Amino acid sequence: MADNLETTVAFWYLAIAAVGAGALMLVARNPVHSAISLVIVIFHVAGLFVILGAGFLAVAQIAIYAGAIVVLFLFTLMMLDMRRLPEERVTHRQIWLGIPLGILLAIEGVVVSVGTPEISASIKGAFPPATVSELGGSTQALAVALFNEFTLPFLGASVLLTAATIGAIVLARRVEAHEQADFPQAASGSNTNDTAAQADAAEPALEESAR
Amino acid sequence: MDFWAWLILITKVLAVFLLFAIGAMPLVLLERWILGRMQSRYGPHRVGWRGTLQTAADGLKLGIKEDMIPGESDKGVYWFAPVMMVMPALAAWAIVPFGPEVEMGRTIGLWIADLNVGILFFLAMGSLGVYGVVMSGWSSNSKYAHLGALRSSAQVISYELVMGLAVLAVIIYAGSLSLIDIVNAQAGLWFIVPQLIGFLLFVIAAVAETNRAPFDLPEAESELVAGFHVEYSGMRWAFFFMAEYANMLLMSAIVATLFLGGWRGWTIPGLEALTGVIWFLLKCSVFMFGFFLLRATQPRFRYDQLMNFCWKILIPIGVVNLLIAAGLRMAWS
Repeated sequence: MADNLETTVAFWYLAIAAVGAGALMLVARNPVHSAISLVIVIFHVAGLFVILGAGFLAVAQIAIYAGAIVVLFLFTLMMLDMRRLPEERVTHRQIWLGIPLGILLAIEGVVVSVGTPEISASIKGAFPPATVSELGGSTQALAVALFNEFTLPFLGASVLLTAATIGAIVLARRVEAHEQADFPQAASGSNTNDTAAQADAAEPALEESAR
Repeated sequence: MDFWAWLILITKVLAVFLLFAIGAMPLVLLERWILGRMQSRYGPHRVGWRGTLQTAADGLKLGIKEDMIPGESDKGVYWFAPVMMVMPALAAWAIVPFGPEVEMGRTIGLWIADLNVGILFFLAMGSLGVYGVVMSGWSSNSKYAHLGALRSSAQVISYELVMGLAVLAVIIYAGSLSLIDIVNAQAGLWFIVPQLIGFLLFVIAAVAETNRAPFDLPEAESELVAGFHVEYSGMRWAFFFMAEYANMLLMSAIVATLFLGGWRGWTIPGLEALTGVIWFLLKCSVFMFGFFLLRATQPRFRYDQLMNFCWKILIPIGVVNLLIAAGLRMAWS
């Protein structure tokens, strides 16, 4: 996208807000506040995708990460009723590992932002703007990449996710059978197998309350 | 963008916002009149001429009501939840096409933005609506609000899938994610004809997503009083109310756009834009009336029935419908 005033202003707002919300997510002592900050981060990163002309990625990011995954986090947190973590230090011993890794990441960022043209030219299978507009948009370009060159990894990821879902259902069912054995009168009318994701989210909460 | 482009954009945004802000008030009144007539009673008829000022009076009452905040509630989240409820419902209006393009010195489309991922934007905004529910239920520090939020968010998340499946079938037929392209693809045949099943799925999911009868378990005024927003009062509660109406209007607009050809219909030459907008509003009002009719006539689902209906009936139908649509599309092209 063209470098004009609007884009620049939008970029700086989105970048600062995303980093700020990310920091807030880490230091918030209340897990629900952390989850909400994470949503704000996701939002602003989606905005950055829009600036880069990747509308599909932006919308998919909001729909999937904000709309499905963080909602399930919140769902679980609500069940656990974790109002506040105990007041402790925000940083622990990991800080000695974190500082060098952070410096490394910063160097990486500088290298990438300085050497962008060479690096993006060297990436195999990259879509330059001309190809994208030729294909009819970034959505089409993504489809071409996903269903031609990367079909096998795409299918592999699908199989993996299906396996994870089935695994969650199986695990949830096993606990249910165990509970039925313990409390035969509470066995009827359960509909925990309605949704794998829901059962998945509810599972730790059930275990927690059982203790 | 030059000055005029900015001005046009801001005018469009303001126009849509005002349409919503002012349009919700007569709708509330209309619903109460229609419900009254359907249930053989008067409905509002005291304030103003035949009750025309009833909504204004209710609004005034809500405005001057004491603003209650429950003790030990999470103030920030409690404050933000109603905003989070209204915001996505309004933001999604950005992609709704009200009419065709008009020539007024320059070509102006009667929509705010023609996103090339328009319909996905609508789905994304729809999935954000659940945050208002979760946040309000959690922050109220009330068991009833908490339980109501769990119930409601599970419902909204589940029915979102049905809606997504119905929309995917339309996308397969239209071959585009842009709502403008989807409307233009229906020039010959409205998608309700090849996608009757998708249409029915979408309408059912739309009613469930907006928490309206017969899926109004989050509110269930006759047995549960209210769900996630039980602790809210005054203007904050009015925000939830506004969000419900904004969502109903939005769903009507999207159904009309996806399945009934949007602004397409018989036109008078030279007045395409005007007839287009009239057609669009007419199609929307059919669905708005449908919402009222359902509320007046249908009993409420029990919670397990609601979930079974979604996961064991609607989603399998949606998947099969999608496969058939994809197969037909492959055979056709």
